[in-house]
Amino acid sequence: MLDFLARVGRVSIAFLAAAGRLALFALNALSHCLRPPFYPRLIARQLIDIGYYSLPVVGLTALFTGMVLALQSNTGLGRLNAQSAIALIVVLSVTRELGPVIASLMVAGRIGAAMAAEIGTMRVTDQIDALSTLATNPFKYLIVPRLVAGTIAVPALVFVADIIGVFGGFLVGTYKLGFNPASYLFQTADYLHADDVISGLIKAAVFGFIIALMGCYHGYHSRGGAEGVGAATTYSVVSASILILLFDSALTSVLF
Amino acid sequence: MSKSPKIAISGLKKSFGRKVVLDGIDLDIGEHENLVVIGGSGTGKSVLVKCVLGLLEADSGSVKIDGREAIGMGTREREALMQKFGMLFQGAALFDSLSVWENVAFGLIQGRGIERRRAKEIALEKLGAVGLGPEVGALAPSELSGGMQKRVALARAIAAEPEIVIFDEPTTGLDPIMADVINNLIVQCVHDLGATAVSITHDMASVRKIADRIAMIYKGRIIWCGAKDEIDRSGNPYVDQFIHGRAEGPIKMEVRAL
Repeated sequence: MLDFLARVGRVSIAFLAAAGRLALFALNALSHCLRPPFYPRLIARQLIDIGYYSLPVVGLTALFTGMVLALQSNTGLGRLNAQSAIALIVVLSVTRELGPVIASLMVAGRIGAAMAAEIGTMRVTDQIDALSTLATNPFKYLIVPRLVAGTIAVPALVFVADIIGVFGGFLVGTYKLGFNPASYLFQTADYLHADDVISGLIKAAVFGFIIALMGCYHGYHSRGGAEGVGAATTYSVVSASILILLFDSALTSVLF
Repeated sequence: MSKSPKIAISGLKKSFGRKVVLDGIDLDIGEHENLVVIGGSGTGKSVLVKCVLGLLEADSGSVKIDGREAIGMGTREREALMQKFGMLFQGAALFDSLSVWENVAFGLIQGRGIERRRAKEIALEKLGAVGLGPEVGALAPSELSGGMQKRVALARAIAAEPEIVIFDEPTTGLDPIMADVINNLIVQCVHDLGATAVSITHDMASVRKIADRIAMIYKGRIIWCGAKDEIDRSGNPYVDQFIHGRAEGPIKMEVRAL
């Protein structure tokens, strides 16, 4: 019994220590966001990497999500003779929930892993130490541009994903389920309120920050060569995905 | 050695968990001096220079640069202090995402705020000083051989004309001829800069070529320190065993039977 309690205690302490290290890392990074020097060229490069190059994968995911959502809603609402609500279900689900969450999970897999691998490789090959010896703060040069770009780019991606997701629902609604195109679009516009989109974009900004933070944190603290970099990559994707779902639940209860 | 040391290290201690790596290092390095720290693998040579540079936080002790305490320095002060240093890393540590000339110019552009075009001119000049033509400047680090990477790293270390240059295993992994080329470049560059140099190595050919003074580290302490000419008659059995590369002697390697 005592062994079991000791084990639980050790795990709890290790968890709290890890959470504390992550919080300090985040606070340190945020404090550097506010102090010069700033690196706009690096932020722009990260915006392109995160935002522009993630568009195909996020767009495709959003399109299929919207299409499947319309089909599944038709099945469910058909039992209640309420197929007219399909446009409402699609637009609200995509803008408030599925757009931000699914786009962020895709970006976590694509960008969070890449960040952890790049920064982790720099760590194990002494490139981060080299930055310090060249009078350049690694937090300002490596971490801040990624955090800023992540927080800006993911909401922009989600906005595009919202449009494509709704378009996916529109395609299924009009070509497969036989809705009148003008009527479907009118219903979509009628049911959609600005705060539906804004709440989704607020979530996306938080998720973008989380993705970049986890990628940078695990990469920055990676150890032990290729194996350590591989582990950092896995941790960054897994922890970002879990935190996205956790914060989604928390933000949903705050914003609705 | 001059009376006021450029770098004064006293009582420096550093442990990783229960493993004591530095156990009270005392070492003074004079201005314009070329000190080489020797010692076996895992004796704490790299940890020593990382503590001097602030890349690792020492547990206790003092490191004074030009009389100013560097241990516990704030971020901004540390960044300003780093402008005095240049460092050549064991694995070169060139930035993969930048071209060769951008690597060399990095400290000038980011650290000193020099305009990009002027920094490129200086970078190509420094590449020339280490025997690399301007055409190399446009290449990526991954396109270079190990010896060329070391030369680029040397050019980067001296680009901002630092007061103190640190060389971490500068000839490791190079063939003897290329190692000698690097040693000659180090001697030449440090002489031209009028810098203070600290090198860490276990390559005795490098030691004899580069050093003015030699310090030997063993079990986290400096066990011998003296002029280069004195090392062959140090009277220290640890030093004798090390410089002659003998398996027998007071330094025991823990080898388990197969």
